[in-house]
Amino acid sequence: MSEVARKPSGLTRNLTAKIASIPMIATALVIFIGCTIWTIYHSFTRSRLLPAPDKWVGLDQYERLWSTRRWLVSIENLAIYGVCSLVLSLLIGFTLAALLDRKIRGEAVFRTIFLYPFALSFIVTGLAWQWILNPDFGIQSVVRGWGWEGFAFDPLNSAEIAIYGILIAGIWQGSGFIMVIMLAGLRGIDDEIWKAARVDGIPTWKTYIFIIIPMMRPVFVTALVLIAASIIKVYDLVVAQTAGGPGIATEVPAKYVIEKMFQSQNLAQGFAASTMMLVSVLVVLIPWAYLEFGAKKHG
Amino acid sequence: MADVSVLSSRAEPRGTKPTRRLSSTNIMLYGTLLLVSVYYLLPLYVMIVTSLKGMPEIRLGNVFAPPVEITFEPWVKAWAEACTGINCDGLSRGFSNSVAILIPSIVASIAVASISGYALAHWRFKGSEAFFTILIFGAFIPYQVMIYPIVIILREVGGALGIQLMGSIWGLVIVHTIFGMPILTLLFRNYFTSIPDELFKAARIDGAGFWGIFFKIMMPMSLPIFVVAIILQVTGIWNDFLFGVIYTKPETYPMTVQLNNIVNSVQGVKEYNVNMAATLLTGLVPLTIYFVSGRLFVRGIAAGAVKG
Repeated sequence: MSEVARKPSGLTRNLTAKIASIPMIATALVIFIGCTIWTIYHSFTRSRLLPAPDKWVGLDQYERLWSTRRWLVSIENLAIYGVCSLVLSLLIGFTLAALLDRKIRGEAVFRTIFLYPFALSFIVTGLAWQWILNPDFGIQSVVRGWGWEGFAFDPLNSAEIAIYGILIAGIWQGSGFIMVIMLAGLRGIDDEIWKAARVDGIPTWKTYIFIIIPMMRPVFVTALVLIAASIIKVYDLVVAQTAGGPGIATEVPAKYVIEKMFQSQNLAQGFAASTMMLVSVLVVLIPWAYLEFGAKKHG
Repeated sequence: MADVSVLSSRAEPRGTKPTRRLSSTNIMLYGTLLLVSVYYLLPLYVMIVTSLKGMPEIRLGNVFAPPVEITFEPWVKAWAEACTGINCDGLSRGFSNSVAILIPSIVASIAVASISGYALAHWRFKGSEAFFTILIFGAFIPYQVMIYPIVIILREVGGALGIQLMGSIWGLVIVHTIFGMPILTLLFRNYFTSIPDELFKAARIDGAGFWGIFFKIMMPMSLPIFVVAIILQVTGIWNDFLFGVIYTKPETYPMTVQLNNIVNSVQGVKEYNVNMAATLLTGLVPLTIYFVSGRLFVRGIAAGAVKG
């Protein structure tokens, strides 16, 4: 640091500010960089119950990971859940925001209703929907009670569609948040645009699709990044709603990692799996950061 | 379905605006909104009615029917007697644990983040922006990547200092402070940056230093942002499950973890009414915050999100 001493005081300049920033600096360096590197390094070792930095095994853990059925199911579930929740959240979020933006009465009430699930935890969300989707007492039994005896809707106990049961709950919890972001974006659109479109006789739906949505590109990108970041973290919801079942039908990567690390004493497997999670985040994040920050520099 | 419409009737348009003519577009508009409201309100409604029924009524009736005989027994049981498999003193233990975790976590995380944000806004030093960038990108790293090394850090640091950090409430407080830092620092930094520089310079000329300006000028001027930060943290920390389950022990489990253990425990007969009462009890704190704070809640999540 001594070479920064352009001014006479050098390192001691803003000393109080530097001391006050120690927690932030420590978090950035030790936790976000240090711990991440530590985990990536140990994913190349044979750590089991304890970290074993000297037992280097190269890519073995990754080979094992990608030949474990449970991990493959987790990835498949994450892909299904991810794509569906991305599309549905954006669609529902934008549609609701557009409806609320039509200068309707009771907007605040509707907004409150759509957003309140976002204040609830995934545990509460999962348990509530576990109960509603309960085959003996929930929706299925109620519809049968109405006289439709053959009605079958039991996603949480049917392996092929169990992940969609979780999707229903996930959308319920998070779509209101996307609506709020979209609504903020819509409010940022100049009224002149609407007036011009009306003067030109463009139908409302066309104005949305061809004028408003392209103008809201940054809002959509932000929503996309936020949804993507939340998808990869899905853990509590699955634990509460299905505990990964039936069988391994609703396993997700985050759950695989936690169980390998803290239950099956197979640390390095957990490290390798969590490194794969990090890689998938980077795949989303790097293009976004490039578009968001890189593009601006070039004008 | 009649019962549902009772609940959602609150959502019907109100207010003093002049009546607009009821065009087919408007019917479509409000119809869609009301229908969607049913989907959002249904779980809350079902939880409430289930928690007020006795078990025999639940076995016979359907989940949407209102309780014939209202009973508060499930609420009492959920609070004081429900079993987690380890103990049978209900959610009350989880509630007090969550409060004990929540208060120091809020104080610590907001103190650290507001000071960091203030330093970043008005006392930049070489490298400060770089650390901030790392912090923001760190918010996107999956927690699973950092969880285990933090276990080791807590164990080692606690051992060196002679206090128990891993498995205690204090370890969890540190973890919440760390992971709350990116979003809160961003929030405070953006807010403090918007405070005019002239004010800051005037205080400097008058001889005020780092702390003087912070406590006498910045803090009094930024009460709203502190409220937003508190709302953000109360909901975030109260709803946390992952950190609670990893960094605490059964005796110090927060409410969400205990709730999950009560509802998903395999022993005994499932008491759905008690389960739903317990679920509602756990959701009560963030829901209250949400309904009371209204716009500030929205502002908090939007400020954290859109600029992140």
